[in-house]
Amino acid sequence: MKNFLSGAMRAPRHLATCAVAALAITGSATGLAAQDREAVTIGYAISKSGPNAGGADMTVTPNYELWIEEVNAAGGLKMPDGTRLPIEAIAYDDRSSTEDVVRAIERLATQDKVDLILPPWGTGFNLAIAPLMAKFGYPHLAGAAVTDKASDFVERWESSFWFMGGSHDYVSAFTEILVAEREAGRINDKISMVSVADGFGIDLVKAARPSFEEAGFDIVYDKTFPPETSDFATIVSEASNSEADTFVAFTYPPHSFGLTKQAKVASFNPEIFYLGVGAGFPVYPNIAGGSVEGVMSLGGIDPNNELNSAYRAKHEEIIGRAPDYWGSVLIYASLQMLEQAIERVGLDKEAITAEISTGTFATVLGEETRLENNQLRAINWVGQWQDGAFVAVSPEGSEGLAAVQLPKPNWD
Amino acid sequence: MLEHLINGLVLGGTYALVAMGLSLQYGIARIMNLSFGDTIIAACFATYILFSSFGINPIVALAIILPASYIVSLGVYRLMMEPLVKRAPDEGALEVDSILLTFGLLFVIQGCLLVIFGGGYISYSFMNTPVSVLGTLVSGNRLLALVLSLAIGAALVIVLYRTRWGMILRAVALAPKSAPLFGIDTDKAARMAFAIGGTMAATGGVVVSMFQTFTATTGVVFTMKALIVVILGGKGSVPGAIVAGLLLGLVETFVAAYIDPGLTLASVYTVFLLLLLVRPNGLFGKA
Repeated sequence: MKNFLSGAMRAPRHLATCAVAALAITGSATGLAAQDREAVTIGYAISKSGPNAGGADMTVTPNYELWIEEVNAAGGLKMPDGTRLPIEAIAYDDRSSTEDVVRAIERLATQDKVDLILPPWGTGFNLAIAPLMAKFGYPHLAGAAVTDKASDFVERWESSFWFMGGSHDYVSAFTEILVAEREAGRINDKISMVSVADGFGIDLVKAARPSFEEAGFDIVYDKTFPPETSDFATIVSEASNSEADTFVAFTYPPHSFGLTKQAKVASFNPEIFYLGVGAGFPVYPNIAGGSVEGVMSLGGIDPNNELNSAYRAKHEEIIGRAPDYWGSVLIYASLQMLEQAIERVGLDKEAITAEISTGTFATVLGEETRLENNQLRAINWVGQWQDGAFVAVSPEGSEGLAAVQLPKPNWD
Repeated sequence: MLEHLINGLVLGGTYALVAMGLSLQYGIARIMNLSFGDTIIAACFATYILFSSFGINPIVALAIILPASYIVSLGVYRLMMEPLVKRAPDEGALEVDSILLTFGLLFVIQGCLLVIFGGGYISYSFMNTPVSVLGTLVSGNRLLALVLSLAIGAALVIVLYRTRWGMILRAVALAPKSAPLFGIDTDKAARMAFAIGGTMAATGGVVVSMFQTFTATTGVVFTMKALIVVILGGKGSVPGAIVAGLLLGLVETFVAAYIDPGLTLASVYTVFLLLLLVRPNGLFGKA
């Protein structure tokens, strides 16, 4: 109630405040006797317009829609007593603005009084709402957020969960592959690297520089470019003049696509061609116009994992297109965990948080998915296009991971 | 050196192609069209749909999209701009009104595209084949943008400076108040200039869609770039738009090659600022 009041203090008009307060009081009074409720309201704010819409529309929103549709088709969320309650979704567009996402979360919590809130897309957006989610006590299943500070965050916001790892994880897994390739004599010790001067690019390149240098690599070309960049002719030509066998680009989809097209045009075919977000999209081979064999990026799946294949088929059937090969499956797994936690403990937010934190769940990632210190660690860090699928790889290959195949063959 | 020169010209060709239409709309029809970039994006989507769903080659798609965009632009002018033109007491008022109106139109177009296509990234591959220009490999689709912008620019210059109809358009651009005294139908001239500008935006959209990743909301990026080129070149000046577009392409490429790719945007705005200090009306603008 204290939280509610401090939120209401900021409301511009007193009349509105009184009205809301009155509603809230009656609302919470009936809320206690919610055993005979008819639905579970789940709210989320997501970027449907603005620069983040492309990423959100690929990785997050379709999975929310898929999950809600699946749950409702089965009769609703299963409660501990075996009854099922359908999900009523409330979705807002945050217009790719952090101010809007914060306002929307506040609204969902105080005005719509939803039972659960699903997170927005993007690291910055999840960080922006994390204090609010903690304040209102909602479990915060931060899906599409890459951060190295997750271990600090789970202490600051106890109800927060982080599902996508941190920059160091992705970079060090990739560095391992680089070291193995260099030892096998397939690549030299030079790396050319570009990154977009924006959230993801900055984070990854900051982790990559020390990681590559510690492993004894020489970063001979290291440039950042503004997110608006659409022409990569000069960057590709400078990178190809740099004599590096490894090309690394921490980029967003438009840049990943643009770099690929330009690399094909300029016949730039380094031994290792590693891109950022977008190279793991199912449309990527189509956009590149032909073979993308050997291109590497973040994420990847195990094509022999039947759970994952079933998920991909279901996604295509209901959403009408395939999920990406990196974040989608992690988001979906987080929703499955939420669903199973509700089935075990009901709709009490604190109990759900505790259950997700300590429980073991059957998800698309595996029969026994559990979090470590509120973080998902069973993530595929490096992927590579092999035979038309973007598969998770490691230097030698192991359980669920294919062996990386380098050097990258020629484009087409 | 030569390589960067060619890359810069090819990039500048895209800028020029995109900006010429805005220059016509602003210079002759006096409509400061903030929804210009969204017109480009709408054409990008149209091309994408024709290509991916109906298998129509984007070059052929020009034959469908260009007449359609001419008609749509004409309709937009008749329906929305003409009332503004009629009631505006002077040029300044029309400019402000048109900015407000097209700002709204921007969101209407964007909203429609979002509803129909969603917010996802769109990109496809067409003519992404290397073409050797003096030893530099450039992509066919970008080269097409340069060739098209030069060809359209040349055609426009010939029409504007060598035909009676062009003279009428220039008269309206130069002295909209005096033109009617010579029996010129300024409304008609402005209408056609606006529609031709819209058609050129669509041309830009068709070509740009071949090499650039777009979403329903990237229109504003094109509007900004086109605005810089138009103001740099002098409003209403077609040669100005071409020269300014190519100049920006060259500046971006050389800065990316010799200084830092991170400074391309900064360099564009520096050039913009310096030129405006020296020539407030743009390269080819008249006081």
